[in-house]
Amino acid sequence: MTTPLPLPLLEVRNLRVQFPTRRGLLTAVDDISLSIAPGEVLGVVGESGAGKSLTGAAIIGLLEPPGRIASGEILLNGRRIDNLSPEEFRKIRGREIGAIFQDPLTSLNPLYTIGRQITETILTHLDVSPAEAKKRAIDLLNEVGIPAADKRIDHYPHQFSGGMRQRVVISLALAAQPKLIIADEPTTALDVSIQAQIITLLKKLCREHGTSIMLVTHDMGVIAETADRVAVMYAGRIVEIGPVAEVIHNPQHPYTVGLMGAIPDLTKEVERLTQIDGSMPRLNAIPSGCAFNPRCTRKVEVGSRCTTERPGLLPAGKTQAACWLYANDGANDGANNPANHNVNAPQTVAV
Amino acid sequence: MNDTFKRMRESDLWYSFKRHPLVIVAAAAALICILGALFAPWLAPHNPFDLKTLNLLDAFTPPAWTSAGKAQFFLGTDDQGRDILSTIMHGSRVSLTVGICAVALSMVIGITLGLLSGYLGGALDSFIMRVADVQLSFPAILIALLIDGVARVVMGKDGHDDVAVYVLIFAIAASGWVQYARTVRGSTLVERNKEYVQAARVIGRKPLAIMFSHVLPNVMGPVLVLATLHVGSAIITEATLSFLGVGVPPTQPSLGTLIRIGNDFLFSGEWWITVFPGVMLVILVLSINILGDWLRDALNPKLR
Amino acid sequence: MKTSNVLLEVRDVAREFDVSRPWLNRVIENQPKAILKAVDGVSFSINRGETLALVGESGCGKSTIARVVCGLYTPSRGSVIFDGVDMAKASTSEQQQLRKRFQMIFQDPYASLNPRWRVGKIIAEPIVSHGIMTDKEQIKKRVDELLTQVGLSPQDQEKFPHEFSGGQRQRISIARALSSNPEFLVCDEPTSALDVSVQAQILNLMKDLQREFGLTYLFISHNLAVVSHISNRVGVMYLGRLVEMADTKTIFHRPLHPYTQMLLSAIPDLKMTGRQRTPVAGEVPNPLNPPSGCTFHPRCPYANDRCTSEAPKMIAADDGSMVSCHAVEERRIPIRLAA
Repeated sequence: MTTPLPLPLLEVRNLRVQFPTRRGLLTAVDDISLSIAPGEVLGVVGESGAGKSLTGAAIIGLLEPPGRIASGEILLNGRRIDNLSPEEFRKIRGREIGAIFQDPLTSLNPLYTIGRQITETILTHLDVSPAEAKKRAIDLLNEVGIPAADKRIDHYPHQFSGGMRQRVVISLALAAQPKLIIADEPTTALDVSIQAQIITLLKKLCREHGTSIMLVTHDMGVIAETADRVAVMYAGRIVEIGPVAEVIHNPQHPYTVGLMGAIPDLTKEVERLTQIDGSMPRLNAIPSGCAFNPRCTRKVEVGSRCTTERPGLLPAGKTQAACWLYANDGANDGANNPANHNVNAPQTVAV
Repeated sequence: MNDTFKRMRESDLWYSFKRHPLVIVAAAAALICILGALFAPWLAPHNPFDLKTLNLLDAFTPPAWTSAGKAQFFLGTDDQGRDILSTIMHGSRVSLTVGICAVALSMVIGITLGLLSGYLGGALDSFIMRVADVQLSFPAILIALLIDGVARVVMGKDGHDDVAVYVLIFAIAASGWVQYARTVRGSTLVERNKEYVQAARVIGRKPLAIMFSHVLPNVMGPVLVLATLHVGSAIITEATLSFLGVGVPPTQPSLGTLIRIGNDFLFSGEWWITVFPGVMLVILVLSINILGDWLRDALNPKLR
Repeated sequence: MKTSNVLLEVRDVAREFDVSRPWLNRVIENQPKAILKAVDGVSFSINRGETLALVGESGCGKSTIARVVCGLYTPSRGSVIFDGVDMAKASTSEQQQLRKRFQMIFQDPYASLNPRWRVGKIIAEPIVSHGIMTDKEQIKKRVDELLTQVGLSPQDQEKFPHEFSGGQRQRISIARALSSNPEFLVCDEPTSALDVSVQAQILNLMKDLQREFGLTYLFISHNLAVVSHISNRVGVMYLGRLVEMADTKTIFHRPLHPYTQMLLSAIPDLKMTGRQRTPVAGEVPNPLNPPSGCTFHPRCPYANDRCTSEAPKMIAADDGSMVSCHAVEERRIPIRLAA
């Protein structure tokens, strides 16, 4: 199977995000690489402190100083965007990359009507007349399911409920027809029933418009419903990446295994949830070698390599996992290595 | 203790302090003034109040570096032969005492009323805030004058002199409590709804206990900044009142009194009698204000 | 049915909040008073040793009920009866005695501990406040014991809360709640602010402690999966009213009330079973202006005229669960199994 891979829409190569503080240099995102194909939904999942929000912020150019991109490249349609000036980036933000943030209340300017905010976005990026922009805004509001859009377009954000506001934010993100949307915890602040509506809406719109989404969240359930592939982050690194069904049903990295076991499941009754002892290391105390090693129950199978060398992403079953368990260079006794049987297959997993 | 010092040295506050040279200078200046004032009876070269040591022939001596100056009177002498440097040191003592005590009393009144107002709410809150509003519409000096004037009438001249300092402290305190009350009330309103206060209520603690043991430590931050700046303005208020002649009695001259005394001689050429107390007042208040400003910015989490 | 087995009983409790604008504004703008009925007539009971969960979305009143039970709010109507004693009628000293027997754990691990107090002092507060122990050495030993029980180390009592992570702070909250040897814990969304793996640790801990000390829990949550893991019985709330109450297994396999069915349907399908889902309709209405009759009727696929005018009462379904719905009463709803 050597069909050429289609050009990815977004490619992140060896991204490193650092914060200089008076206590030293903190590396919040440590050498991660991922890519998103056109029309694909990539989930980025992890717990707090894992660096997933910062990855999204770095891509869209909204890193708060003193945080900065220390090294690596971000390419949109093959063109580097991480080294653009703020002025140049402004043209891209909105037009090619849209954003949806967690809190709909603070994402909208309370002093302007939503109609004005949407038309402003459209007029900034697209070359249309104001009348055309207004028409498009009403169409957008209809698409996201705001009833009586032609009247509500002149309402202010506080006149909408939480779920409706998030729909408005989605329409804002889509207004300039971007190819990629970075959605950072878009449903976390919403009730469960509204969450379901918003997820369905996002999926539908992105299918119809062909927009890719990078969905950053801590909620695996949302990922299961929405994403095609998922990257699991831990302490600023990607520990596992692969198709959603595989990562959820057959997790390979010990952290992902623990994470899936810790999620309470309605369909199964267990006496105790899987518990990963300890907690995610603070940025100024990241262990050497594999960041997860102090909490890992499978360290013994590999030996000292876990504490000395940091693993890169290695093929593991149908996903990729950053774990020495899947090293097939004979450095460990490969005790439980399902990757052994396809060690010679060419690299066809789309990354 | 060692643990506390270690925490202080590693704190963000100390880090900020080390990086602001102006603040270090101001702190040093304030410290020198305060130590000089505190130990005045022992450090001052002369005792300006001991009539036996005064010699009218020494009167109107200019500062030591001028041609007519004498080495033993470094900053010169006044109309009675008192050494200006010594009078300044003693005068600062009175000024600082009045200033710091007034601020302390003000804090106690203001914090208590602010806590009660913010935590208990209701009619008590409305009443206290209206009193505060009314008081704020009067200039602080007028209020101090009013209290002082009433005290003089009530106690007669001699009786008043004995307690003049206390009356003055009370007057300045009474004119300054409102800012503490308002700040503490605002912070209390925020803290009251936090879960640790609710937890204390579930445990069954009484409201007064919750106010003073739980809420108070958390609202003190802005109060310390206010207090530092208030010391400066309290000293100025006292100086103003003393300058007007309605402050401390002449037996315990403060910097303001000294300025007033010297004022009479300003235009006859003996400038040092009024200028040096004035300069001392400015240095004292300025260094305290610089410290207060720095403290406010350093403690403001949004600016970090 | 042994009544002495009931530890807590809540009888027709209602709680209103006056959120009207100030009197002068109301007069000038000619507006009526605005009363928020956060809880509108809720009744349930909890037996010793069991865990009752209250679930619902925002505005349903579950947090308000928790606070009424703990005495943080007085009910506008109805009564809270703890071990046979009506809390409102008890004398002050009786109330103090009762307060030793229940405690509360809060949602926000960052706001539920006083940032200026050391951890040891925080945990010892109930002990000191109730005078359970007075000797400093004894108290310190007890705090050591509690810290170990919740999985922290005795040295931690000298530290301040900000030196701990969210999950560790929740453990400290639990230690504080246990220090007066209570029988009953009210837990208001104790794991909602925590990461999934930390949540698992805390839930396991809570289950262990319940088993070891015979604790009774009232567990408030919006997360149905968590509730299914930890509770024996579940009550579903909507806009201040209890709409369904049943055993955990029953409610997840055989939900009766349309709202419960909608809630279960809305849960993301983690196992990707591709199960059938009814689309979720509408949003929770403004609690200041609730719909008439059954407050759920604008979103209910089974609503009829009776639903718009008459509020349903709690009735017992044939399997012992309680539900408050006309459609169930009239047997108009097909009983579905949740996937």
